[in-house]
Amino acid sequence: MSKLDLPVKPASTRTEISAAPGAGRRVLPLWFKGLAPLVLLAALVVAFIQVGPLGVFRQSFPPVEELTVERIRLPQFGVMEVDVVNGGPEPVTIAQVMVDDANWVHQVDGSRTLDRLDSRTITIPYPWVEGEPHTVALVTSTGLTFTGEVAVAAQSPRADARYLTTFALLGIYAGVIPVFIGLLWLPFVRAVDRKWIDFFLSLTIGLLVFLGVSSLVESVETSSLVAAAFQGPALVLLGALGTPLVLAAVGRWRAGERGERSPLYVAGLIALGIGLHNLGEGLAIGTSYASGEIALGTFLVIGFLLHNTTEGLGIVSPLAQERPRTTSLILLGLLAGVPTILGAWFGGFTYSPVWTTLFLAVGAGAIAQVVYELWRLFARRPGGSLTAPLNVAGLLAGMVIMYATGLFVPA
Amino acid sequence: MADPSLTRRDLLKVGALGTVGLAAGGSVLALPGLAQGNAKAGQGQASHHDMMTVGQLTPGSFNPTAFLTHFDGGSVSRLPSGQVLREYELVAEDREIEVAPGVFYPAWTYNGQVPGPTIRCTEGDRLRVRFINKGKHSHSIHFHGIHPSNMDGAFEPVHPGRSFVYEFDAEPFGLHLYHCHTVPIKRHIHKGLYGAFIIDPKTERPPANEMVMVMNGFDTNLDGENEVYAINTVAFHYQQHPIKVRQGELVRVYLVNVTEFDLLNSFHLHGNLFRLYRTGTDLQRYEWTDTVALCQGERAVLEFSYKHAGPFMFHAHQSEFAELGWSGIFLVEAPHV
Repeated sequence: MSKLDLPVKPASTRTEISAAPGAGRRVLPLWFKGLAPLVLLAALVVAFIQVGPLGVFRQSFPPVEELTVERIRLPQFGVMEVDVVNGGPEPVTIAQVMVDDANWVHQVDGSRTLDRLDSRTITIPYPWVEGEPHTVALVTSTGLTFTGEVAVAAQSPRADARYLTTFALLGIYAGVIPVFIGLLWLPFVRAVDRKWIDFFLSLTIGLLVFLGVSSLVESVETSSLVAAAFQGPALVLLGALGTPLVLAAVGRWRAGERGERSPLYVAGLIALGIGLHNLGEGLAIGTSYASGEIALGTFLVIGFLLHNTTEGLGIVSPLAQERPRTTSLILLGLLAGVPTILGAWFGGFTYSPVWTTLFLAVGAGAIAQVVYELWRLFARRPGGSLTAPLNVAGLLAGMVIMYATGLFVPA
Repeated sequence: MADPSLTRRDLLKVGALGTVGLAAGGSVLALPGLAQGNAKAGQGQASHHDMMTVGQLTPGSFNPTAFLTHFDGGSVSRLPSGQVLREYELVAEDREIEVAPGVFYPAWTYNGQVPGPTIRCTEGDRLRVRFINKGKHSHSIHFHGIHPSNMDGAFEPVHPGRSFVYEFDAEPFGLHLYHCHTVPIKRHIHKGLYGAFIIDPKTERPPANEMVMVMNGFDTNLDGENEVYAINTVAFHYQQHPIKVRQGELVRVYLVNVTEFDLLNSFHLHGNLFRLYRTGTDLQRYEWTDTVALCQGERAVLEFSYKHAGPFMFHAHQSEFAELGWSGIFLVEAPHV
């Protein structure tokens, strides 16, 4: 018997339960309707904590402890400073500290017991060895160990004028200069045919897609270093989805009734997206410098120099048929490039996985929004189609260029 | 882009490429911090006072200093035959013990302590050990030495809430040990069910300042490796509380290795050599050395006296074990004039 032969149930005769027009029934105020569930929830939480059946949830096995070593600094020879945060649900007591499998004396700047989300700095008089790796293990009262690593020991930077200058120069080399060099393509882009402008626009989309995806992937990677309580994946989601939504809302407000986007506005949006992405890149540069990987830092800068020059091209592509003022161009360049400096400062002195994850995700989200805007720009152009062979070539070329220059940046 | 959690291997890899970048990169990239790095050499050099646990044991917890010189002869009576009878009661119980100040380990113990009491008798005595299992798992006591098969503790685990009486004659004289032999044996031993078992010869060894040292370790984070190494359980205890001996006095150490997970443990004496009586079963032949390695279950009687006064270290000559707690000090005091 096939399904079709099954006896058909009579259509259920659902009784409509409609509220009888409130004859004599009091109408509750709107604020009460809105707040009542919240008040009830609060009361329930209080009752639960005060008298409640908490015992039911109390377990006989030891509490799940979780400490995260956020950063290990080597401020001077013979001294280690370890920043640690309790990202777990229960208080954790740090009983002992081991460095490279040896118990070591140390000082904790506060109680040895860390409540949820508490952080401490542990100072250890340990003769670290320049250029070699070290492992710090924190032993809790239950005997669990939580470790942090110094990949290559080198003295940590101090926030003095000289260092700020160094990082600023780094940022300029890696972010500002290449973007401006890229902007110099404007006369070229302006001189070429319509179809070649389309090509460069698609190339820009290709570049941006590559950057966006790499930002997102890095954000996800960094999120694994975030203490559990700070919910790394949620930060990624917030940044990556929140940013395009905010930008879309702002764009709508700016565009007003017409719904039109001026090319300069699109270029600005691209610059902003690239700027946010460069903030993440700056963080990486600063961090690799701070952790003593000098050669790595140098190499990163060279890589970014090549990589980021194409970003400037991306910014000028939508301006092919415009005559932007020089000041606008400079502002665009600064918007895209300067965040690299901020990132380098930030990453060099106060590296934090939480902020890095968030910034990278925000960068990814901003770029996604930019790609969407460019797409719309295309759709409005007469005969504009991303799937035209030349434009597809542009898209692919953008990604390939990013891939090729990315080979110079150690991932 | 640089992942902040780069592994060392990654760094070596990109470091090689990086030198190319450095050549091309110019002078912006000089690192101020690096230049200052070695200027401070000489500061920040560490001493043995730094390589140490911090804090004190919780008051009232197991005291390794008291354990060191405590020997349990049991309750002594005579059998109708005239043979000396020594009766013991050992109770297996689960208990959290402190293996370093502030670090607690969920142990399985004999009589609430790790190591269990040091059982001491004389060759030919009758031993009657009543074993009561108050733990959550089955346990047993396996004595080293010569005894009947049904007293070996290997084949009849004593289930929780049950008891068993081990009874046999003490032989041969020497330094032995006892431990739980219930499977999985690795876990039953490393969780703390062991102790020293001394059978004195009928003609006593020369009088000496005697002490028992059980080399043990604790895998506190349960990763199959020890985080804490010690003599008699507590990391660095005898370094923070040196063992006082008098200059010229004969010192006798009953040394037992029960360390789990590692193939060997060892004992090294500073500023001196000791007479090494392996297993303590021969009173004549010995080796004169300052270092001995023992595998798990091996033991030795060490005799020495100090020529010079002052603090002398003793420790495992596996440096890693020494740095994780198996390290102590003999404080040799000159006789009062």
